[in-house]
Amino acid sequence: MNSYHFSHLEELESESIFIIREATALFENPVLMFSGGKDSLVMLHLAMKAFYPARLPFPILHIDTGHNFIETLNFRDKLVAQYHLNLIVASVQESIDKGRVKEEKGVYASRNYLQTVTLLDAIEKYKFDAAFGGARRDEEKARAKERFFSHRDEFGQWDPKNQRPELWQLFNNKKNIGEHFRVFPLSNWTELDIWHYIHSKNIDIPCLYFSHKRECFERDGVLLAKSDFVTLKPDEKSEIMQVRFRTIGDMSCTGATLSEAKTTEEIIMEIAAMRIAERGGRFDDKRSDTAMEDRKKEGYF
Amino acid sequence: MNQEATDINDMQLLRFTTAGSVDDGKSTLIGRLLYDSRSIFEDQYESIKKATQKKGEAGVNLALLTDGLKAEREQGITIDVAYRYFATPQRKFIIADTPGHIQYTRNMVTGASGANLAIVLVDARNGILEQTKRHTFIASLLKIPHLILCINKMDLVDYSEKIYNQIKKDFCNFSAKLEINDIQYIPISALHGDNVVKPSTNMNWYKGASLLYCLENIHISSDFNLIDCRFPVQYVIRPNNDKYHDFRAYAGRITAGVFKPGDKVMVLPSKLTTTIKSIEIADKTISEAFPPMSVTMLLNDNIDIGRGDMIVRENNCPTISQNIEVMVCWFNENPLQENGRYIIKHTTKEVKVVVKEIRYKIDINTLHRNEKDKNIKINEFARIHIRTAKPLFFDKYKLNRSTGSIIFIDEKTNETVGAGMIL
Repeated sequence: MNSYHFSHLEELESESIFIIREATALFENPVLMFSGGKDSLVMLHLAMKAFYPARLPFPILHIDTGHNFIETLNFRDKLVAQYHLNLIVASVQESIDKGRVKEEKGVYASRNYLQTVTLLDAIEKYKFDAAFGGARRDEEKARAKERFFSHRDEFGQWDPKNQRPELWQLFNNKKNIGEHFRVFPLSNWTELDIWHYIHSKNIDIPCLYFSHKRECFERDGVLLAKSDFVTLKPDEKSEIMQVRFRTIGDMSCTGATLSEAKTTEEIIMEIAAMRIAERGGRFDDKRSDTAMEDRKKEGYF
Repeated sequence: MNQEATDINDMQLLRFTTAGSVDDGKSTLIGRLLYDSRSIFEDQYESIKKATQKKGEAGVNLALLTDGLKAEREQGITIDVAYRYFATPQRKFIIADTPGHIQYTRNMVTGASGANLAIVLVDARNGILEQTKRHTFIASLLKIPHLILCINKMDLVDYSEKIYNQIKKDFCNFSAKLEINDIQYIPISALHGDNVVKPSTNMNWYKGASLLYCLENIHISSDFNLIDCRFPVQYVIRPNNDKYHDFRAYAGRITAGVFKPGDKVMVLPSKLTTTIKSIEIADKTISEAFPPMSVTMLLNDNIDIGRGDMIVRENNCPTISQNIEVMVCWFNENPLQENGRYIIKHTTKEVKVVVKEIRYKIDINTLHRNEKDKNIKINEFARIHIRTAKPLFFDKYKLNRSTGSIIFIDEKTNETVGAGMIL
C-alpha cells in the first residue's frame, strides 16, 4: 500500500463534496431537503464541510407532516441554532387546511403521500431550482436508478425511462423555466457507510436511533410506536419494548426494531449482522411492489 | 457484510462494470457475488423469490435484484445502468451493471466511464463472439485500467483446461491490438460458484485466484495519474465575515498529480504564477493533495481566479486550444450533425462548440474505420474535429480521464447527446 492510499469513506466523502459544490455553482437557488434523519444529517455535515469556513450558502427545507417524532423536531431546532442555519418549514397541515390535499382515512392512514404536494408547492413558492436529497441507491430498487443530478419537469415529475446519462464527473444542469433538479450527493453510500461515517466523524444524531423503551404494537410484522397519529385495531395490543429506529419518518409509518444498541459502534455491529433491509420496516414502501417508483414519479423525495 | 473484521480506514473502493447479454450468466454471476458475500437481505431475497414465482418461473431469478424499474421487470431486461453495492472486509464494491446488446452501447459507455475494472463474460461453449469483442473495445476506448475475462459455464464443458487455454489464446491475439494494460483470465461457473468466491475443486489445473480474490486485491492505487498536476477550480469560497475578512480559497477536486504547500503553480488561462499557501479539507490542513481528493487551496498572491480556471504546475501544462480531436459515442436519436452546434461540459467549464468535421465512423464490432459513412447515429462511435468558442485546457483522455473527457448537450432539448474522449 503506497502513501497515496485513500479509504472508501474518504472517497465517498470527496465525491459527495464535489457534487454539492458542483450543484451550488451550477444552480441559482438550491435548497437542502432536511428530515432530521441520519442521511440528511450526513448530507448537512458534508455540505458544511464543502464551504468551510463560509456559512452554508443555501437554506434547509423541512417538510413538516405534523406526525413527526418530537425528538426529531427538538434535534432539528438545536442544530439550526448551533450552526446558524436558515430553516424553512413547509407544513402538510397547511396544505390540508388550504384544501391542496385530502387527509387519508382508516387505520392505514398516512401523510406520507401528501408530503409530495407540500414539497412541490414549497419549491414553486421559493423558486428553488435544485433540491439536495439524502437518498441512496442501495435503499430501494427505484432509487438505484437515480442520477446524481435528477431532472424534474414543470410538474415535479420524474421520468425514469428517459433519464440523462451521467458520465465521468460531468453533470448536465440544463433545464427549462419552471423545471427543477433533485441532487443526490449520497447516491453511492450504503447504510453501513453512513453509520461508519457518523461513528468516525462523531456526528450528532437524534436519540431515536439508539435503543430506548417505548410503547409499541405489532402490525403486519412491523413494530409501530403508539401515538395519537395511529389508531389501533381491536386485536392490536401495545406494550413497552426495548427498541430503536433504523429510519426516521412519520410516526404513522416508521417501524421500530427490537434492539439493545446504545452506541454507534453497537449499531454498526447490529446492522452488519442484520438480515432485513433498512426500509423493510417502512409501511409507505409496502403498499405495492413499485410503491417507491410510483411516488418518485409524482415528485416524492 | 461482515466487514467489522478489519480497520474501516484500510478499506478501498473499487468500481467495476459488467456487460453482458441475456444468456451469458451475468446476472447469475452478480447474484452469486452478492449472495456469497452476504450482501442480499432476507426480505429482498424473499421479495424476488415471490416476483419470480409470479412470473411463472422456477427458482429465484437474481436478475430481478438489479432490474429495478417496473418496465424492466415486466420486460425482463436491463434498460438502464443499475448500480449495486457490496463489501468484503478488504473493499467496498460498486457494480455498474449494464445491458450488453448493441442497442445499449451508450449505457455500457456510461457504466464504463467511472470504472476501475471491467468484467467481460464469455460462454465457454461459444468462445469469443462479436459481443465479447464489442465489450472489450468499449473497455479499451474508455480506458478502463483492468479487465478480467471470465470464461463462464465451465461446468458445461467438463471443466476442460484445453477449452480454457484456447479461449485465452484467442482473446490474447485479439486484444494485442488494443490498449489494455492488465488482463486476467478466470475459468468460472457462476451457477455452481466455481472460482467465483472460493477456488474451484473441479479445476485443479487452474493455479490462479478466484474472481472475488482478484477484485479484492487488484492494485488500483496507481490508476490515477500522479504526475501531471491538474486542479480545475470549482468554486471560490469567500466567507465575507469579520473573522475571515480577506479569506479567499479555491475549492475543487484534484484530478491528477500531487500538490503540496509551497509548490510553485500557474493559473490558467491567465498564466500568472504564485505559490500554494496551504491546502485544506474543511478545518484540517493537509500536507499533500492527490486524486480524487476534494480540497480547498489557498494561494500566496491575490490573483483573479474563478470557476472554470485550472491550477497546474508551470513546467507541466495541459494543451490549450480551441481545435480538438475527439472520439465521440453518440447517445441521441437525432444523429450527430456535421457543422452542428452543441454545448459541451469539460472539467468545470461549459462552452459552445461547432463540429467542424466528421473524420470517420468506427465499426464497434471490428474497429474498422469507415471514412465514407458520416451518418453518426445513436450508439455509434466516430472521430470528429471540434472547434470551441473559448480555449479548453485539456489532456489526452488516455493520460487523464478527467481532463480528457467531455459531454455534448443539445441546446434545443437540453439532453446529453454524446460522450467524447479527447485524442
